Amino acid sequence: MREKAKLLDKDGIKNAVIRISHEIIEKNKDTENLVIIGIRNRGEYLAHRIAESIENIVKSRIPVGILDITLYRDDLTEVAEQPVLKETIISFDITGKRLVLVDDVLFTGRTIRCAMDQLIDFGRPRVIQLAVLIDRGHRELPIKADYVGKNVPTSLNEVIEVKLAEVDDRDEVIICEK
Amino acid sequence: MSILIKNGRVINPATNRDGIFDILIEDGRISEISKNMGKKTRSVIDANDKIVAPGVIDMHVHLREPGREDMETVASGTRAAVSGGITSICAMPNTYPALDSVNAIKRLKGIIKKDASNNVFVIGAITKGRKGLDLVDMAAMRKEGALAFSDDGNSLGDEALMSESLKMAGGNNAFLISHCEDRNISKNGVMNEGITATKLGLRGIPKQAEYEFVERDIRLAEKTRTKIHIAHVSCKESIDIIKKAKTKGVQVTAETAPHYFSLTEEACVTYDTRTKMNPPLRALEDVEAIKEALRDGTIDVIASDHAPHGKHDKEVEFDFAAFGIIGLETLLPLAIAALVEKKMISWMKLVELVSLNPAKILGLSNKGNLSPGKDADIIIIDPLANWVYTKDSIKSKSKNTPFINWKFKGKVETVISGGREIFTGSAGSVLNL
Amino acid sequence: MTEMKLSYAKNSEVAGVADKNTTVWTKKDLLGLEYLSKEEIELILDDAESFKEVLARPLRKVPTLRGKTIVNLFYEPSTRTRISFELAAKRLSADVINIVKEGSSIQKGETLIDTGRNLEALKADIIVVRHNCSGAAMMLSRALNISVVNAGDGWHEHPTQALLDIFTLREKLKNIRGINVSIIGDIAHSRVARSNIWGLTKLGASVTVCAPKELIPSGIEKMKVKVTDSIDEAIKDADAINVLRMQFERDEAEAFPSKIEYFRTFGVTEERLKKAKKNIIVMHPGPINRGVEMAAEVADGANSVILEQVTNGIAIRMAVLYLVAHAKKGKLV
Repeated sequence: MREKAKLLDKDGIKNAVIRISHEIIEKNKDTENLVIIGIRNRGEYLAHRIAESIENIVKSRIPVGILDITLYRDDLTEVAEQPVLKETIISFDITGKRLVLVDDVLFTGRTIRCAMDQLIDFGRPRVIQLAVLIDRGHRELPIKADYVGKNVPTSLNEVIEVKLAEVDDRDEVIICEK
Repeated sequence: MSILIKNGRVINPATNRDGIFDILIEDGRISEISKNMGKKTRSVIDANDKIVAPGVIDMHVHLREPGREDMETVASGTRAAVSGGITSICAMPNTYPALDSVNAIKRLKGIIKKDASNNVFVIGAITKGRKGLDLVDMAAMRKEGALAFSDDGNSLGDEALMSESLKMAGGNNAFLISHCEDRNISKNGVMNEGITATKLGLRGIPKQAEYEFVERDIRLAEKTRTKIHIAHVSCKESIDIIKKAKTKGVQVTAETAPHYFSLTEEACVTYDTRTKMNPPLRALEDVEAIKEALRDGTIDVIASDHAPHGKHDKEVEFDFAAFGIIGLETLLPLAIAALVEKKMISWMKLVELVSLNPAKILGLSNKGNLSPGKDADIIIIDPLANWVYTKDSIKSKSKNTPFINWKFKGKVETVISGGREIFTGSAGSVLNL
Repeated sequence: MTEMKLSYAKNSEVAGVADKNTTVWTKKDLLGLEYLSKEEIELILDDAESFKEVLARPLRKVPTLRGKTIVNLFYEPSTRTRISFELAAKRLSADVINIVKEGSSIQKGETLIDTGRNLEALKADIIVVRHNCSGAAMMLSRALNISVVNAGDGWHEHPTQALLDIFTLREKLKNIRGINVSIIGDIAHSRVARSNIWGLTKLGASVTVCAPKELIPSGIEKMKVKVTDSIDEAIKDADAINVLRMQFERDEAEAFPSKIEYFRTFGVTEERLKKAKKNIIVMHPGPINRGVEMAAEVADGANSVILEQVTNGIAIRMAVLYLVAHAKKGKLV
């Protein structure tokens, strides 16, 4: 894979997280009922960053959960690689909550579909909103993000790689060509 | 009618002959063996680079006819035998009904006369219906052609009855072929007792089930001063007992089957029912002991214990599957592969084990020997031919063998029985008689 | 390439992110622990942890095997294992059909392979088979293209039982490597013992088998286990004991001691456990013969994890069904 361009560097990611946090507060005035759920794997770290950022502003704790969508996927038998199964960790009731779902890249929308199916098995949130770091287009389902770090028009032979310091060696988002 | 076999490497243990000779066959018998024979005959077989040997005599064959013609018949079984280089077989008596009377033998002889491709000799049952209770009329059956007696598949549990039958067989110039298995020990076992059976969770058959009866039967033969032949020896302990008895001068002979020196109990690890036989495949040390016993003469004969079974008898759980495998077509190839190719024994010794010794034990003085005046039962082997034993090539009606797709070196090319060429490997089929 | 494929492709590049197993499951069947690598066993255990989390959710069900049909083909009566497999399948949203020997064509003489082929023709996806003959599951798997899961074959293997035993041990002790486990009871006729021996030794545990001499099968020491006929010896250094059910109902006339005699010489009692490590874990695959292989006080005691084993069994069976249903064929990138 050939790297074509750097879309976001460390500061770019940081600014995007701060902006999304502000937008979330603005849209959900009632942060008391706000919960944030990240989709494994990198959505998990973004969720924590956003929650921390919001907590710094509103000075109250925001519950964070982690969703592993593997068991809800519609392409399990077709995927080239076997997904690694991990736990979903949501240690609070989501019913009645204003729930922000977080993922790194929004592409076809199928991951979000899985995530919503799964969330509904966990309870009945008041609203579900979606925050993503990158929206690269090419939706296959009627799904739209409420908060976007950066919109990036892409072609199908391009790949977006999100690197986060929690699991990778640095913070950056690059676009590569296959 | 005469045939001249030219320039073959003639191997004849009866006369200790191993060299390039021509053999002239006339009127079903060998008339002359010499170098560079000038005689002209209508039929000449060029045996250059080939081995010419007396035809194999398989002492232990289950033809299933009468009774289970769906598994094998005299016609199909003898055809399979011929393609394996076997010119004479002994038909075991565990048919339905059993060969336990003069009439039963007469009936079978009628079928043999009509359908057999080679020489079929009859082994009579020891007891009526092979039930181990009442002795058959051995004198009359011997007269009708039974060469020996056996309740093969069963042992005579009753020692007194065993003694009596040994004496009766001996008195009629015959002998007993003993299937040694103490059912009180083997019980419901399905494979050799040991670590493999333990891993597989299968009921084991201890070696004692075999060797304790080998010991008993030899002791009884010694006491009654009669001949006994131990069928399908499979374990080291049996060999030790036989060896000791032979040293003492007991009239005991013994056979083993090719699977006992070609496979170990490890072959059972996939629960392949084609590895289920009785006695069972044993451990490596037994396999080594069998090979050594063939080399040193403790075991006299290699016999196939050809046991055809239908698909329905084998495509079932290991516990429920029938014991036994077919073996006529693989007797010689397996012996060549495991013994000759591995330099355990010479070609000469091999021919002794598969032809001369069985002829001697069975009293077939005109067979197993390539000498002038003897029966022209001859096989020609290409010792260098490489070939694969495929399922499609099997001539037996049943296909229950673990040796499918095994690669072999050394192939039977031509079979002559009673002076007639009945098989040519190049044509791949048994010629019409 | 879809978004999900992308995210998981990336994920697998950073192996060890969350200390999770990245082994890929390639087997169509689960026939026994003898046939699995250490890594494959650990994959099942790891996935079972995730499924245990599913069982703790408010809605204990995921759509993973929606549209799949799982047949429980039971030639031997077994309430516990069948229900556990049935629940596991249902928690994964599969359709489940139960076939028991009584009153079905298998009692009318249909062969195992014929029954299997018919189920395959009926478009079942997974057959879970329990059979009194060793090797039945392997035979079925050879004859069929669909998945076969061994729910116990003769005396051979009961892989899911051993997996749930090991899962329970791992939960309690964190690590299997280096622990001492004693299996006590009728080793000769026990598929649970064999599967546990394979699994535990592969994961590095030290295994002792304990039984009356006539119930120790020939050559068992070659499976890298210690052998003893002393219950005190078996208990002494054990971190865990797995006490097998004594099957006095066995139809064979084998050399069996009487129940009272057995309890006296091999029964696990509070008295005997006093000499054991304080936190010794007591397991039993069930159903328990109270007062035969184990005193009731021990079965209900503080060291007993017998009911946890039952719960863990569902998670293990979910993991197994999930993995065989999604086995990867051919070579992997």
